Amino acid sequence: MLAHLPILQVIVPLMAAPACLILRRPQLVWMFTLLASALAFIISILLLQQVMQTGTISYELGGWSPPWGIEYRIDKLNAFIALIISGVSTVVLLAAQTSIEKEIPQDKHTLFYILYLLSLTGMLGIVTTGDAFNVFVFLEISSLSAYSLIALGRDRRALWASFQYLIMGTIGATFILIGIGLMYQMTGTLNMADLATRLPEVAETRTVTTAYVFFIVGVCLKLALFPLHLWLPNAYAHAPSIVTAFFAATSTKVAAYLLIRFTFSIFGVSFSFTTLPMETLFLGLGLLGIFVASTVAIYQDNIKHVFAYSSVAQIGYMIVGFSMSTNAGLSAMLLHVFNHALMKGALFLALGAVLYRVGSTQLRDFQGLGRQMPLTMPAIVLAGLSLIGVPLTVGFVSKWYLVVAAIEKGWWPVAGLVLLASLLAVVYVWRIVETAYFKAPVVGKELVQEAPMTFLIPVWILVSANVYFGIDTRISVDIATAAAQSLFGVVP
Amino acid sequence: MSMILGLYNYWIVIVLMMIGFYIIIAHGHLIKKIVGLNIFQTSVFIFYISLGKVEGGTAPIWQEGILLYSNPLPHVLILTAIVVGIATTALGLALTIRLKEAYGTIDEDEIQAMDNQAMDNQDKESKPC
Repeated sequence: MLAHLPILQVIVPLMAAPACLILRRPQLVWMFTLLASALAFIISILLLQQVMQTGTISYELGGWSPPWGIEYRIDKLNAFIALIISGVSTVVLLAAQTSIEKEIPQDKHTLFYILYLLSLTGMLGIVTTGDAFNVFVFLEISSLSAYSLIALGRDRRALWASFQYLIMGTIGATFILIGIGLMYQMTGTLNMADLATRLPEVAETRTVTTAYVFFIVGVCLKLALFPLHLWLPNAYAHAPSIVTAFFAATSTKVAAYLLIRFTFSIFGVSFSFTTLPMETLFLGLGLLGIFVASTVAIYQDNIKHVFAYSSVAQIGYMIVGFSMSTNAGLSAMLLHVFNHALMKGALFLALGAVLYRVGSTQLRDFQGLGRQMPLTMPAIVLAGLSLIGVPLTVGFVSKWYLVVAAIEKGWWPVAGLVLLASLLAVVYVWRIVETAYFKAPVVGKELVQEAPMTFLIPVWILVSANVYFGIDTRISVDIATAAAQSLFGVVP
Repeated sequence: MSMILGLYNYWIVIVLMMIGFYIIIAHGHLIKKIVGLNIFQTSVFIFYISLGKVEGGTAPIWQEGILLYSNPLPHVLILTAIVVGIATTALGLALTIRLKEAYGTIDEDEIQAMDNQAMDNQDKESKPC
């Protein structure tokens, strides 16, 4: 049983998805989905433990040995990302049944859970597989279900956001497909480990450069890196709250994983950062993304838009860490991937609670919510503080590591800019705090009540994780540094 | 000359890819966008199938007396990609139907204009506060 964990990680949610159809009753389907997601979470914990103790696990699918058969390869990096995905998915699902009651028609509930599970399958598949073409297949599984999930939003703008995402996402995925095709053309293999050994031999050719560029542009579209982020804000703002909370915390992380995996373990640092000017490019785009997206976030009136733009900015921080191509920079990036999942999961879930009670997430409807929802609003404030990077929250930990990494590399201005950008986050978080705590409720909205427990429990689980991992950094930092070190071939 | 004639399949791929990409960007009609997307994806299919061709090789079906076969792997890969492409097209068309029901139009600019107007109205409502 334990030997088959890598495939079970993907198979459990995949098989659970069609099984939902048999159950029919929404309540049952919800419990079943929760069970499947929790199982995936337990599997990812076991996998991470196994990897930390014994090193990389290689699993041969169907008994065909790699590089001919498809290999699932779990190392510290993808075990860590899989843990984030399945963990957030499970916590978010706790609130799902209550949240979709008001946002999705009753007869579509079962379909919602099926799509949710397929999306989870796709993301976990991308992360666990060791085969380049398999990445594309899983990417499309997760994307196609993502488009449908976003289109379930109750506003008609959700449809338009979904269509735009479909066009952009398909272009991105096709670029990735072209990249993989060119890699196959040059090496004759699709196995990642095999690619990693064969690509350096032909690294000097133009085809390999083209392959890398196509692949990276495709991934950056999925990642919503600054100039390619246009699909993200509307998709996040108009999707059902549960979907937003799930995607904001996980889907861009999967793209970040692909970026790391292909740049560091397959093409290698010397190719991407020495032969190609990736350092300047990513640093520039990352910083631009942080400042532009944070500034735009300040001027938004829909709070979901505020945090969607803030997500684009946070991706900028990850990319800045990535562009350093040092051990410390990569650890900072991985830490931020983990921490950002906690913050945005908590924030968007709390916004879902507000939407459930108030019926809107416009800034003006937040007036007086500080008193009316005395448990939800502090959650937003705490997660917001974490977003800014106040000490004792996870946001501080990742910013600290990022700044230290920048100084280590000798990039003093970058360290300064990262700190300066935090001030922009103060502005948009403060706007919410001010409206919620210092303004009287709008006429007709005086009777808003606290959100139900099914919301409060998962929101506070995520918020306490924000604080816990902000104080006790041993677990997250250890895993992130170990994963970064393994990518640079340093055995800890 | 051999650059053009010898590699003509790759040139076709590039031309198709650019036509598809151009349609996606330039046309506001949603169905045309989906058609563009299809052409774009098809060019990649042709690219993969070109990869599998071995000069002088025959179809990869085992037969006595034949020693040289084309590489069947890219064909298998592209079968998967075609299925994905169909799913994407189907989803895109389904969304277009829903968009038509919700907005009464399937023109990108008109939909965008309606959304912007909705945004402006929300702003006006929030001003007096």
